[in-house]
Amino acid sequence: MTDQTENPLRGALAEAIATNDVILFMKGTPEQPMCGFSARTCAALTATKTEFSSVDVLADPRIRQELSSLSNWPTIPQLFVRGELVGGADIVGEMYESGELAAVLGADATATAEPLPGTAAPGEAAPIQIENRLG
Amino acid sequence: MPTATEVKERIEGGIPGASADVESSDNVHFTARVVASDFAGLSLVEQHRLVYAVFSEGELGGTIHALALTTETQ
Repeated sequence: MTDQTENPLRGALAEAIATNDVILFMKGTPEQPMCGFSARTCAALTATKTEFSSVDVLADPRIRQELSSLSNWPTIPQLFVRGELVGGADIVGEMYESGELAAVLGADATATAEPLPGTAAPGEAAPIQIENRLG
Repeated sequence: MPTATEVKERIEGGIPGASADVESSDNVHFTARVVASDFAGLSLVEQHRLVYAVFSEGELGGTIHALALTTETQ
């Protein structure tokens, strides 16, 4: 809790990961990915027809820094399912091809991703923007 | 900018017994396939973390813009 008070962004990231069953941190948006690795990861998720939330790390350079220190994973994209880091583009691609991705996602595919609850003080912009996407 | 050979040597030097095939056409984007007995029993995330740990903070996404990675247990 101290962490969240001292570092609202990290708290918001941890909460986003905890409250969204399937959440992808990426460069750009699913409609307009800004990096081939993010685009490929979105495509794999879309192909599994899973609803997922996404966060554009390019919106603020601090997001990437805080996310990597939180997840112990240096690169973007990062896919989390039910609070666990599944991996980056390579792992997600590998799991998609083996069918493992659908299995991991399918266990809870009907869950609805909730938008981030108000973690910012009134009048302040939320520290991160989350989009909900039907894959 | 590191060459594919340098990235291969870094990975093999950082993970005992590992063997890495590394390719790059521009010394910025790399593709690596790493085989190591140390990967046994680890999840894919943990295997990739072992490889990532070889590089300094900020190096991946920095001078090494991208490292497409496949890991296999020996």
